[in-house]
Amino acid sequence: MKLIIAYIQQERLDHVVESLTKADLHRLSVTHALGCGAQLGHSETYRGARKRVNLLKKIRLEIAVNDDFEQRAVETIIGACRTGKIGDGKIFVLELPRCIRIRTGEEGAEAIG
Amino acid sequence: MKNVAWLLGAAVVALSWAVPDLAMAAEGEAAPTAADALFVANNVWMLLATFLVFIMHLGFSTLEIGLTRSKNTVNILFKNLLIVAIGLLTYALIGFALMYPGESFAGGYFGFAGMGLRPPANGMTIEYASGGYTYWTDFLFQGMFAATAATIVSGAVAERIKLSSFLVFSAIFVSMVYPVVGMWKWGGGWLEARGFHDFAGSTLVHSVGGWGALAGIIVLGPRMGRYVDETIRPIPGHSMPMATVGVFLLWFGWYGFNGGSVLSASPADISLVCVTTSLAAAAGVVTAAGTSWFVQKQPDLSMALNGALAGLVGITAGADVVTPTEAIVIGAIAGVVVVCSVIGLDKARLDDPVGAVSVHLVCGIWGTLAVGLFGEGKDFMEQLVGVGATALFCFPIAYGLMRGLSATIGLRVSEEEERQGLDQGEHGMESYAGFQIINP
Repeated sequence: MKLIIAYIQQERLDHVVESLTKADLHRLSVTHALGCGAQLGHSETYRGARKRVNLLKKIRLEIAVNDDFEQRAVETIIGACRTGKIGDGKIFVLELPRCIRIRTGEEGAEAIG
Repeated sequence: MKNVAWLLGAAVVALSWAVPDLAMAAEGEAAPTAADALFVANNVWMLLATFLVFIMHLGFSTLEIGLTRSKNTVNILFKNLLIVAIGLLTYALIGFALMYPGESFAGGYFGFAGMGLRPPANGMTIEYASGGYTYWTDFLFQGMFAATAATIVSGAVAERIKLSSFLVFSAIFVSMVYPVVGMWKWGGGWLEARGFHDFAGSTLVHSVGGWGALAGIIVLGPRMGRYVDETIRPIPGHSMPMATVGVFLLWFGWYGFNGGSVLSASPADISLVCVTTSLAAAAGVVTAAGTSWFVQKQPDLSMALNGALAGLVGITAGADVVTPTEAIVIGAIAGVVVVCSVIGLDKARLDDPVGAVSVHLVCGIWGTLAVGLFGEGKDFMEQLVGVGATALFCFPIAYGLMRGLSATIGLRVSEEEERQGLDQGEHGMESYAGFQIINP
């Protein structure tokens, strides 16, 4: 089992969820995130003074998958989020040692799917 | 005018015929005259204007919370609510009697008519104010004004002042400083005798509050993290929608603030005043938006909002004596002045989160002087005397009060409380409980 964590641009969220659904990946979590990377932030102006904003608003996706779905998930996220510009985001894939469904107590591959 | 009086007279007669109680009262006394009908209409307009001034307090509240951080919202709302209450109570207790002490103090510097509300024998009749309003209306209208002067200070000192110290300051300022300056002009004092003109209070309300605000930000110092090393770091407000609601409410309320200052429903006067008020506000918006667009490269909503208020404060002194064209000029200049003042104060490291000093003090002075430039038969030097006297009286007292509070009960919250937010520190409460993960 793998845990896929992806940081993506806010405006790609609808598109990526749609693409994942089409690829038969229906289970995911989404949270707001602030982060800085190659984009190096931007500057805003407020009441005559400039403000550097280093932490930009991003979306964090979490998808737990069985091993055979890993590559498909990664490709789908890339397909939906790649624009070729700095700031498209990053994907991290982690080993997932255990997964339990609270309702039934099922574990492992059964619980993920 | 005659037609209106006739129509209203007819309406009152019709009403007294339809309502048995009124009809009986009318039978016992003389039949209502056109003058009685006009008195009713005037008094209703004055009460309506009073209610409009009241709603300005909601405008101040939402403007201030919009331009500050969410972690201080409860504290700001608390202050704004308490000021209205303290302002009205102290005005009933001593303020009204200090501001309108009566003819025996005419031309003076100070007068007092005695504690509490004391309606004279003719207080509910046409004789009280030439048929403009009753004694009770008079008190309530002026009491709402008094509370606005104290509210102006609230925004400038927001996000760092201790609640208790602020309340003590406001109570003293609104009950003793505001009414004394008001008496000089509106209470028939020495400025009135010299021919100083301040129709609805560019100086008497806005500059008075503005001097208090300036003293406050000087003694308090800037918010933490506002000026670091050589850089100016803006602290963006947390809700532009709230700030916008506030400015629309203030503009709406200003029709009562200026329109009511005619002190009757005289059609020619209130309609001119509402026109000059509207045009000055509109001109202020346009020039403030343009100036911020030019200076900041992008149009800043908060500056355009300040521009509306700048135009309104600017026209307040002369709304009854200038032409619509002159009103546009006054408002337009106020709109440029307010943006330059906000940026200038920032350069001087005077931290005013909502621009209260720029809007109320700087544009209040401009509006008062503008009467000397545009108002027919108005003397520029007398306007200058009024501005100067207000400065010399209000600023030292406000500064002394702030320093006194700072040395005794303390003026500023602790660094830790400022970081955490005054909502937690002063009230143990959150403004948007359950909505936000991060509250920077």
